[in-house]
Amino acid sequence: MSSQNDQSNKFSTTRRKLLMGIAALPAVPLLASTGLFSTPAMAQAPATSAVNTTGLAVTDTEVTVGILHSVTGTMAISETGSVQAEKLAIDQINAMGGVLGRKIKFIQEDGASDWPTFAEKAKKLLVNDKVAAIMGCWTSASRKAVLPVVEQYNGMLYYPTFYEGLEQSKNVIYTGQEATQQILAGLDWVAKTKNGKTFYLIGSDYIWPRTSMKIARKHIEGHLKDSSVVGEEYFPLGHTQFNSVINKIKLKKPDVIYAAVVGGSNVAFYKQLKAAGIDLNKQTLLTISVTEDEIDGIGGENIAGAYSSMKYFQSLDNPNNKEFVAAFKKMWGEKTVIGDVTQAAYLGPWLWKMTVEKAGSFDIDKIAAASAGIEFNKAPEGYVKIHDNHHLWSKARIGLALPDGQFKVVYETPDLIEPDPFPKGYQ
Amino acid sequence: MFADYSLAELGSIFVMQGFAGLILFSVFVLMALGLAIIFGQMGVINMAHGEFMILGAYVTYFTSQFFLNYLPGLFGAYFFLAMILAFFAAGALGMAVEWLMIRRLYKRPLDTLLATWGLSLILQQLYRSVFGPREVGVELPNWMMGSISVTDTIEVQINGLFVMGLTIVITVAVALLMYKSAWGKQVRAVVQNRVMAGAVGIDTEKVDRYTFGLGCGIAGVAGSAFTMIGSTGPTSGQLYIVDTFLVVVFGGAQSLLGTIASAFTISQAQSTMEFFLSGSMAKVLTLLGVVIILMLRPQGLFVIKVRR
Repeated sequence: MSSQNDQSNKFSTTRRKLLMGIAALPAVPLLASTGLFSTPAMAQAPATSAVNTTGLAVTDTEVTVGILHSVTGTMAISETGSVQAEKLAIDQINAMGGVLGRKIKFIQEDGASDWPTFAEKAKKLLVNDKVAAIMGCWTSASRKAVLPVVEQYNGMLYYPTFYEGLEQSKNVIYTGQEATQQILAGLDWVAKTKNGKTFYLIGSDYIWPRTSMKIARKHIEGHLKDSSVVGEEYFPLGHTQFNSVINKIKLKKPDVIYAAVVGGSNVAFYKQLKAAGIDLNKQTLLTISVTEDEIDGIGGENIAGAYSSMKYFQSLDNPNNKEFVAAFKKMWGEKTVIGDVTQAAYLGPWLWKMTVEKAGSFDIDKIAAASAGIEFNKAPEGYVKIHDNHHLWSKARIGLALPDGQFKVVYETPDLIEPDPFPKGYQ
Repeated sequence: MFADYSLAELGSIFVMQGFAGLILFSVFVLMALGLAIIFGQMGVINMAHGEFMILGAYVTYFTSQFFLNYLPGLFGAYFFLAMILAFFAAGALGMAVEWLMIRRLYKRPLDTLLATWGLSLILQQLYRSVFGPREVGVELPNWMMGSISVTDTIEVQINGLFVMGLTIVITVAVALLMYKSAWGKQVRAVVQNRVMAGAVGIDTEKVDRYTFGLGCGIAGVAGSAFTMIGSTGPTSGQLYIVDTFLVVVFGGAQSLLGTIASAFTISQAQSTMEFFLSGSMAKVLTLLGVVIILMLRPQGLFVIKVRR
């Protein structure tokens, strides 16, 4: 026990660490009750020389990982949740005795919403700090910037965001959905239950919406019965005026508006839809870019009635999730909301811990090899498993946006969907 | 693309589209007015314009929260108070900035660009630290949401009407202030010849401070109004800055009339092209058009002769 106190004293030098210390307090009674067991477990921790043959930052009592997200700049809006989830997971793992008997210590770096900065900080974490894993990146652009670095210096990146696919690396575990996992089941659902035949695709103008819409169009035209795309539109990031496209939508009268608008544009899009008299309770809208986090900014009353296609919603009714939501709110405040990516970010430290324990080593090569087949039963989204291609098997769910900013889950796929980052026939 | 539609449908679409263009026009004028005053009258390139707008948006957010919690009965009217508060908050910050920073840079106009850009970064991080990195949702009174159905197919957005009305009121107020009041005369005198204006007894420093404050205050009102159509977050101001400068520079920096004419041209061009082409393409063509016109006419659409 006393060593735990010493540690938190040592940590309290910076505010960030202080926060972590405060958050760790609830864990103290838990530790005390299991203290009898944890001490012998610590004693049995395997020797550092055996579990760390490549010179990573692993000591007899500690292992260092990196957290690399934007806490300044435009992306801070989105990435804050991921940072919070990763810190929570690390905290919980430490309260359970850590990884291979070693407490996780983290070094947090700020990518500052700037992609070269991400690459630079990733290099710093790998080369100077010798971190055993990096939990980080959010946008595809930041991941693309970091990828060559983690491959060159042989690091391990746990990447949380749902993304466009078309990528696979020994050095990355993708804890979010790739495009087909997010898109196909949602389109099937909307075609079946809402009798959607005509689709209007609208997105922000960059790689993720464009790739996603390409997959959606192929699926609509090739796999859904007599369905068609009646419009496809992209707007520059940061676009705030959607009245013209809303008029176009009114003219085309699509059965389904399929939206992947992001950032500040997202807020403008839904506010203006509502103002233009498009009632989302009558006009079906399915989005792949709105989670509870985004609704905070959009305002629940502006988007109520829309459907969102994700793998996780804060309102999921299962015991894992209830525990997770309670722990998250305890650590970060009652008003915090948890979106899809936040949950995926929470999986990162846990999957890494289990992989390390399965491999019996912190060595990157052994972790990369041991990752496939790792199962996590306590995931808030339910059971997940790492595929050979380093993506996760996961379910797709459809949530109906409610005025209070939460989603009501109206559909989930019966089985886990196999990740397929290079989908045949969709490229 | 129109073959499948009846004449009535086409008619209503043109009306709606015209209205969309007018809304965009009002939005452009509203966001550019503050900058036109500061850039046009004082020659200060205020890169932090967007951040002054967002201050107004945050003031609106906090006013709405206050009314929700303490005066729910008056919630329907909070927006008017919020706009007034936004004006004074942004204006006060503007005057403070002028006193601390800008007044030392009047002789080096290009340096104001760098200084105010730095200011915008500082303000962004300040908002992020104080108000949190996440966007906030500003709740609007019910009467401001939705639309009025004129016919079955023509619907007029209430918030669009509101922005239009507000733009007209503010533009008229600014025009009166600039061209009919004694203070406006002083401002114009300082713009045209600072030394002479000082010599005839005009307190040029005070005029500068109030002019800058007025520009920032109008930016605050614009930000407050834009909570109806856009997002409120630490970096949301960046969404407006490019369009704002585009409008002001294209119009000819010194002329309020130029700002209005340029906002009209750009908004109509963009709105029409967005309808017939795609969103990104419309933006590209608009920017291209502006670049070509500015190459032929570097001083912008309207110019006033100024003695330098």
